[in-house]
Amino acid sequence: MDDLDRRLINRLQRGLPLVRHPWQALAAELDSSSTQLLERLRQMLADGILTRFGPLFDIERLGGAFTLAALAVPEERFEQVAEQLHALPEVAHNYRREHAWNMWFVLACSTEQAIAQTLHHIENLTGLPLLNLPKEETYHVGVYFPV
Amino acid sequence: MNTDLTPRQTLALRRHLEAGLPLVSRPYQCLAERINANEDQVLGQMHLWHEQGLFRRIGLVLNHRALGFTANAMLVLDVPDALIDEVGQRLGRAQGITLCYQRPRRLPQWRYNLFCMVHGRQREQVETQIQQLLDEHLLSDLSHQLLFSTHAFKQCGARFAASPMGAPCHG
Repeated sequence: MDDLDRRLINRLQRGLPLVRHPWQALAAELDSSSTQLLERLRQMLADGILTRFGPLFDIERLGGAFTLAALAVPEERFEQVAEQLHALPEVAHNYRREHAWNMWFVLACSTEQAIAQTLHHIENLTGLPLLNLPKEETYHVGVYFPV
Repeated sequence: MNTDLTPRQTLALRRHLEAGLPLVSRPYQCLAERINANEDQVLGQMHLWHEQGLFRRIGLVLNHRALGFTANAMLVLDVPDALIDEVGQRLGRAQGITLCYQRPRRLPQWRYNLFCMVHGRQREQVETQIQQLLDEHLLSDLSHQLLFSTHAFKQCGARFAASPMGAPCHG
């Protein structure tokens, strides 16, 4: 990754202008060309540095539902439970964290009802107690990573 | 000329966008061709969605681990109910906090009701940063914990979601 890649990432984190020729607009800002910027973006997506480029839809506004949940998984069962969750399409993300509640995952479903059903299913599947921690208030969402 | 897309075209456009924005010089022209519309109609629909808040920006999702942001901490605090909005808003504005949400307590197992995400390149740096933040906001006395993530088992944005790490780490 070179300086242009970094500048491109940082600029795109603020959003691509919604115009006919967005890359031309950005090329002028970044002292580059449309072709070069598109080439860099393709490469970074291919390399896995970026996992997505496009409109970042708000699932809740589209009628979806989310929750954050946690399990306290006995160490010897950790991998097995991680695989069980991995197999569920409703599990969008799953992180191991250093805590007695050691498995933290996000569910994304189309409805609240589907969330409740999935949580119930996970409890049955794993036989473990579960913390369901849906968002009650959003104070800030503004992930920006200067690279 | 009718500038609105039909419901069917709108749905088709959304489906195409799930894969991301086409990486061409005129992405809206390209999308228009795929759904049998014109560029202005597609741009109009995009502006409408943006105004309605369906998406905040045409942006990217970083593989933060690949970029060296490997120290990812969830800071959880037990904030008195009467103060939650004020503390949430203050921490939400603080430098380095990428997400800040109120979530329910689940007593007796879980007492924390405010969740903040902090990402950094090094664990020690994130720990110091959080301690400074709490000191600065006179919150060090509140019961709190730092949960560092040690492994991401699954990291794929939900369909239509793909929020910039908002969903990923925090739901």
